[in-house]
Parts: sequence; structure tokens; C-alpha cells
Amino acid sequence: MSSSLAVDRHPETRPPEQRTRRQVSTLPLVAPSVIALLLWMIVPLAMTIGFSFQRYNLLNPDAREFIGLGNFTFILSDPGFWISIGITIILVVSVLVITIGLGTLLAILFDQEFPGQGIARVLAISPFFVMPTVSALIWKNMLMHPVNGLIAQITRGLGLGAIDWFANLPLLAIIIIVSWEWLPFALLILLTAIQSLDHEQIEAARMDGAKPIALFRFVMLPHLSRAIAVVAMIETIFFLTIFAEIFVTTGGGPGLATTNLAYYIFLKALLEFDVGGASAGGLIAVILANIVAIFLMRSVARNLDT
Amino acid sequence: MRIFRSAKIIIVFIIGIFLVQSLHACMPSSQAAGKTRLTIATVNNGDMIIMQGLSSQFEEANPDIELRWVVLEENVLRQRTTTDVASQGGQFDVLTIGSYETPIWARRDWLRPLNLPASYDVNDLLKPVREGLSSDGQLYAVPFYAESSMLYYRKDLFANAGITVPEQPTYSQVKEWASKIHNPQNGVYGICLRGKPGWGENMAFLTTLVNTFGGQWFDMNWNPTLNTPAWEAAIGYYVDLMQNYGPPGASSNGFNENLALFSTGKCGMWVDATVAAGLISNPKESNVYDKVGFARAPIENYPNGSNWLWAWALAIPKTSKSPEAAERFIAWATSKEYIQLVANQNGWVAVPPGTRTSTYENPNYQKAAPFASIVLRSIQSADITQPAAQPTPYKGVQYVDIPEFQAIGASVGQTIAAALTGNTSVEQALQQSQTSTERFMRHTGYIR
Amino acid sequence: MARKNSRQWLWAVLGWLVAILLFFPIFWMFLTSFKTEVAAVATPPQLFFRPTLENYVAIQDRANYFNYALNSIAVSLGSTFLALLLAIPAAYAMAFFPTKRTKGTLMWMLSTKMLPSVGVLVPVYILCREAGLLDSRIGLIIIYTLINLPIVVWMIYSFFKEVPKEILEADRMDGASTQQELRHVLLPLALPGIASTALLSIILAWNEAFWSLNLTTFDAAPLTAFIASFSSPQGLFWAKLSAASTLAIAPILIFGWLSQRQLVRGLTFGAVK
Repeated sequence: MSSSLAVDRHPETRPPEQRTRRQVSTLPLVAPSVIALLLWMIVPLAMTIGFSFQRYNLLNPDAREFIGLGNFTFILSDPGFWISIGITIILVVSVLVITIGLGTLLAILFDQEFPGQGIARVLAISPFFVMPTVSALIWKNMLMHPVNGLIAQITRGLGLGAIDWFANLPLLAIIIIVSWEWLPFALLILLTAIQSLDHEQIEAARMDGAKPIALFRFVMLPHLSRAIAVVAMIETIFFLTIFAEIFVTTGGGPGLATTNLAYYIFLKALLEFDVGGASAGGLIAVILANIVAIFLMRSVARNLDT
Repeated sequence: MRIFRSAKIIIVFIIGIFLVQSLHACMPSSQAAGKTRLTIATVNNGDMIIMQGLSSQFEEANPDIELRWVVLEENVLRQRTTTDVASQGGQFDVLTIGSYETPIWARRDWLRPLNLPASYDVNDLLKPVREGLSSDGQLYAVPFYAESSMLYYRKDLFANAGITVPEQPTYSQVKEWASKIHNPQNGVYGICLRGKPGWGENMAFLTTLVNTFGGQWFDMNWNPTLNTPAWEAAIGYYVDLMQNYGPPGASSNGFNENLALFSTGKCGMWVDATVAAGLISNPKESNVYDKVGFARAPIENYPNGSNWLWAWALAIPKTSKSPEAAERFIAWATSKEYIQLVANQNGWVAVPPGTRTSTYENPNYQKAAPFASIVLRSIQSADITQPAAQPTPYKGVQYVDIPEFQAIGASVGQTIAAALTGNTSVEQALQQSQTSTERFMRHTGYIR
Repeated sequence: MARKNSRQWLWAVLGWLVAILLFFPIFWMFLTSFKTEVAAVATPPQLFFRPTLENYVAIQDRANYFNYALNSIAVSLGSTFLALLLAIPAAYAMAFFPTKRTKGTLMWMLSTKMLPSVGVLVPVYILCREAGLLDSRIGLIIIYTLINLPIVVWMIYSFFKEVPKEILEADRMDGASTQQELRHVLLPLALPGIASTALLSIILAWNEAFWSLNLTTFDAAPLTAFIASFSSPQGLFWAKLSAASTLAIAPILIFGWLSQRQLVRGLTFGAVK
């Protein structure tokens, strides 16, 4: 997707101002997508706004009544809500750092020619194809399980005892699982970006006596910056709503240690069946999402267009 | 004008897909013309899977009915069925629900009252179970299996340590025994208890513990009482016991996980559902089938509410399109004949327990299930109308029969799991639970 | 030359190490699926054992795998097709006739993806009930189309932006209509990009687990619902869980392997000249 944007080496080919008689005629082209998304946004949104001002529990519909801002004050005054926002941020940022950092290193690695490179690359990107539920189940039951899990069996075999991942390091465990899923994605995009780099240019720099680190810092990194921006953007979109991994492994706990915003709203909607509360939470999430979107537009998107 | 053509093409395509799809969707039903299709939502535990296997016999006997199974994990099942029933989705004809939901949903008029034929012998169903599944004296669901809670222990380990277990042990004794048989070097942990957060997981066990320590969830005015000395004593006991003599990862062990641990010989004791008795006594599923001892659930200060009462039951939602066929199915699946069928197929030890007096009177069952009498006495002694030492505004031993309890139980369960892992202290956890529950009860209008 | 060779071996060792490490969880699951339940939890873990197919047989007894797989295929292909149909014209307009609002529209589209789906479950459930779309593939296709549309529009937009403007200008001079332009010039040029967009959309639709679980029961239930019935059964279940997981991811994994060259080529498009 993106390395295409990421690497735009022909700015001069772009006519300065695109404007012709066809301006008016673009509407029917954009309209279907925009209308579809608008409907998708607005119809449930309108219902959500309606619900958010009501005491409306699906299990107790008789008690349905208008309570004004009651749901909003209840959520905003809930310490759990603010914790969940903090955890969302920690989760997004740390997985971004891990996948982009490791992704860059791995991209350089897989850019080299070595025997069996093709197969190794296929194996390395495989986690991206695995559905989140399944990868969470694998990690939970077969790798991180404190009694039967492989990691515990190995560490215990070495006499180190076993780590109870989901009790003692729950957030780290989630971060590891999500990173494992998304590292291949970062790797794929960064790899294509690196491959587009002029190898002769690197060779020339190397001939001039550039050290590998300098080479990386001054030749590769600037070249990759836009690919990194794209990865960051797409991953952020997905990481803000991480759900299956938490649902399968920790259920948001222990305590609130792994409750992110999506999971917090899930608790409202499907455990409490508090439609009013969940709607209010959803609306707050909508607002936050738009703040993030504006932020992304300012910082990342500026990088994307020439 | 040409530009509009592409938009038109899109619209035609979409309509085309719609047509093809809806045609496709109609095809199977036209194939099965004349057959009533029942969609059954059920939970993925052993007994239900046996039922699914045997259901072809029902279809043979009732050629006009076709069964379609939706088998889900317990939490997912509960979310799916509740969403559907509460919003009148009409996706299911038979629901697998618990004794917690049945009266609540019946009061909402979401379930069809059941009027079963005389041959079904409703009075053969155990009384506490039957009453738990009724609302205002009317039966709304029939029990597939029912359970109380009890203590399991390893006879071999206890014999080595020179311990004899009375039929009614106490929690003080349990702690002493756990310290004696705890031997992690050999992969045996003193005791396994539920730690996985959830109102139906750790809170089910912990509520019985709190009951017998003299506590309860709410006073008569619906004020939560989670920071009382009884709760502190009970939860303090639990956390101390598990941290010293429990298996690693206890905070993510629910019923299934503990069952796996116990049947692979990793637990010295286990307090949990009576339904496990049949499973850990089954040589096909357990490594310790011949070494299990049985006793009543331990008590502490008060005998009330020390063992729970639960039933997985089959009910028919009001939105079902074929209620008659559904009623035929649930009558079959919970009948005496069905129990006999499982006995013939899988042996008496595997029959669904806790539902019918006739099962417990059957000499074959008594012979195959040495635990039968303890289970029966446990179920009969469980009284959902008087779960605690003091009077309560609610019914239910290990739950509170209000819709909001799922959320409260889940959140308190999480906080106590955090205390179990040592992330917070017991006092802190209970104070936090008290505050959040009080907030919640105010928000939902119980406390004005 | 010798030095280059030794460096190549170093890369090979490192590369293979990383690849095996990343792939290991999947491999371990695959291996476990052929063990008996007892062997699956044996200490120490067994690498060599007598393989058995009993887990697969047990699973097929309980649920008809092919129904689920068929639904997964229909839903991911259908939604991808529909999303492309909606996205290509929109991306075309945005890339070649940008206005002041284009970037804002794009960003707004992406922001719709950041909402937790669970917040709107009840409204959507009620809407689907009204429209008769509960437990129907068409309902799921529509939802997935809408979920993936922003990403699809955005990717295709970025591919279109890489198409040299001169080609289009020249074509326009020849009097080509917008439609001809789109079909004969642009699509062939952007095809690798569109293909990799489609691949990504298929993967995302295949792996979506929230709506599929909540809006389907039987007829339209895809593989994500299939796996939900095996996620925590009673007793020993590691081997059966592995078998069910293997079945659930095998089609998309093989598809991903076969198409990964295309995925990479699509991503390279525009970057390498």
C-alpha cells in the first residue's frame, strides 16, 4: 500500500494544480463510498445518541427512562474509564515502537540475499494471516500457560521456575501477542520500501567509506520515514480497537490491568447490557477517535502527500 | 452522462449480489421443505456434546424436525442469547440458560411457559432444581443437568499423610490439610480453587465462602456489604490459602482449567461443582479416577449457603417460530429415556446428574457413582431463598437474582483476582469493590 | 569473495533464526494438533510422537467444517469485491481531482475505523433484525464492506497517485472518456496495487471476529464462529483446540503464502522504477 506513497520520487511529474472542467463530475464517483460510510456512521450514531441519554438496560427494559447526562457523568467519573484510556495509549505506543523498531531491523535483514531467503520470508510474515482469536488462543494455552505452556516448561527445565504471564505481566503478555501479529505487516511494508532504495547509491556510499551505522542513519532512515509514517498510521487504527486478544486471554484483568477502551465499552455493552452506558462510552470513543484522527492528519498525513 | 453510468453499474452489481445471495439463502430451506428447523444454542461442555452426538436418534424418531446446533463457549453463549432474546431477534428456538437467568427472563416475559405431558413426570425433577427454574410456580425451563458444590480430595495423598476426612469438613481443616499435602516439587499443589474472574467463575465459589463466613452481598436496603469483617475474613483466607498452597496461574483457572489440573493429578484438593465428580471418576478422561475422595463442601461459621445450586437448563424463547417442535426436543433431552440412552451408550457414570430423583434411586447409578448420595444431599440442602446467615433482599446462593449482578460480579471478580495475584491488598480490593458496587447500585436506581 | 560469502552465511543464519522464531507458534500448534490429548500436555514437551488424526475426526463429528469455511470464503470475497467496486471510483476522483476537502474526507473515513464496534452492537443488531439480515451472508458482507472500505479507498488512492499524470493527459487529448480512461489506462497500471489491496481486504475480512460472532448463528457462520465453539471446552482440550485452530487458519495461511509474492509486488509498485 503505502510504500507507493512512502516513496515519491517524482514530485516534478505532478501538475501544479489539478483542475479541469471535470471537477463537477467527480461527485457520482465519490458519492457511493461516502454515502455508504455516512449511513454506517450516522444511523447507528443517531440511535446511539438517543440511547446515551437514557437509563436503558437491555435486561431491564421496564426501567427505561430519560436521565439526561447521567450516563456521561457516570462514565467520566469512573476511575476505570480513565485507566482504560491510559492502557489504550500504553498498548498502542508500545506495540508501535516494537513493530516499527524490529520491523526496520528485520526489513534490512530480509533485504540481504541469503540461501532460502524466499521461504524464510514467507515463514516470517505468516503470523499476519492468523486470526487474532486463534493467535491469542495459541499464546495463552500453548506458549504462555504457566503449567503446560512451552515457555514455562523450558524455563522450569532450566531451573528458573515459571512466569505466570497473565497474572503478573498481563499487559506485557498482550503487547507480545499483538506485536507478534503485526510485526510481519510492518516488515512487509518496510521491506518493499527498502527494496526500492537505490542499491548502487548504498554501494557508492559504502565505497566512500560510510560506516554501516551512518549508512543506516543518513541514507536508509530518511528514505524509510514515509513508509514508517504509513505503518504507524494503519497500525494505530487497528490498535485503538484491540479486542479479541484481551477477550481471549485476560478478560481485561487482573483488576483493570489490561482493560483498554474497546474492552471497557464491551464490559458495559455485553456484560452489563447497559445500552445507555455503552452508548455514552461509544460516543466518548467517537470523540476521542476524531481527536486522534485530527492529530494523525496533522502529524502523519502531512508526510504522506508531497 | 457517461459518468453516471459507472455509478449505475455499481448499483446494478450490488442489486445483483443481493439477488444471488438471497436466492442462495433461500435454497437450503426450500430443500428441507416440510421440515421444521430448530436452532439450538448450547454451551460447549462435555454433557452437551454427548447430547449433540445422541441427537441423531431424536431426528430419526421425529423425521419432521431438523436440528441445527450453535455450540459456544459459556460467556459468548450468554452474550449471544441475551442480545438476541432481549432485542427480539428470534434467532434461536432452544436456549441453554442457567438457573440465574431463568427467573429473571421469565419475569420479563421472554420465555415460553412449559406445559409438559404427564409422561415427562415433572415431579420426578429434584425439588430445589425445579423451583429454581420456576417463576410464580410456573416452570419455564427444564434442567439438563444440575449441580451443587463439594470437596474432592486425593485419597492416596491423604492416606500417606494420615488424614481422614469427615463427611462435613471445615475450612480451617482444609487449610491444615493443604499445608500437609502441598508438594510442588512433585507437581502436587495443596488445593485448587477458582481464580478466573467472572460472576460465574471465581465469584460463584467465593460467594459460598463468604456466605459460610457469615457475609452476604447486600443488606435489606440493597446497600452492598463488601467491606464487612466477614468478607475480609473470607477473602483474606482465600488469598492466603491460594498464595501458599495453590497452583501457579491460579488467577486464570476456572472450572475447566481446574478440572484439567485435578484430573492430571496436580491438585490435592478441589472445591467445585458436583458435576465434576462424574468426569474425574471416568477412566477415559481422568488419570486419578480411582483415587478420588468425596466430601460435602466445607463450612466455616454458618452452614447456610456453603454449597451452591446451579442448573444448565433448556428453555424456549417467546420469539421461537416453532415452539411445539422445540418443546418436543427439550422434553426428549431431559427425559428419563434420554438418561437411560446415555447410560447404555456411555455408561451410568456419564449420565447428566442432579436432575431426577429416579436417577438417584437407580441401583445401577448408585453402583457406578459412589458420590451419588453426597451430590444428592448437597443439592437438596441448597436453599436459594436463604443463602446467608442474615436475611437478604435477593435469592440465589452463589449469585444475586438481579440482572445487574453479572456486571457487579464481573467487576468484583476482577478486583479480587488482582488481590489474588498480589497486585493489591485484600482490604484495598474490597474497599474498591464496595465503592464501585455502591456507585453502580446508585446508577441503576436500587439505592435512591 | 570469501568475505562476502561468510557475510552471506551470517545473514542466512540470522534470517532463518528470525523466521523460525516468528513461525514457531504456528508450527507448534500444527504439531500439537496431531498429538493425543495426553501427549499434548506431556512434560517434557514431545517433538517426536506417533501422529494421530483423532482430533480432526472429533471436530468434524461436532461441527461441519466445510459449511463454516464456505461462509468465510463467500463473505471475504463478497465484501472485498463490493469494497473495491465502491472504492475504485472514489479513489480515482480523490486522486485525480482533489479538492480542499479530499484529505479531510479521507481522514474522516479512516476515523470511522477507530470506533470500537461493540459500542454500536445493539443499534446494529436491531437494524439487522429489521432488515432481515441476521444470520445472512449478505448482512455480513455489507458490514465487512463498510468496515474495510476506508482502508481500501485509502490504499487505492495512494496507488492512483503514483500513476504518472502525463499518461492520462495524453489520453485525454485523444478524447478518451472518463470511463475509458479508468478502464483502459488506469486499471491496468494500478492493477498490482488493486490486487494487493484486495488481498489485504480478504485477510482482514477473514479474520474479523466480532460481528461474525454476534450477527450469525448457523447459516452464515464463518470460521471465526467455528473456533469460538472450541475455545474452552471441558477437561483436556489442547490437541483439539490446535486441530480446530489449524483448520480455521489453514485456508487463509495457504492463500497468503501463495499470494505473498503478489502482496509484495503490489506494495513495491511505484516505489521501484
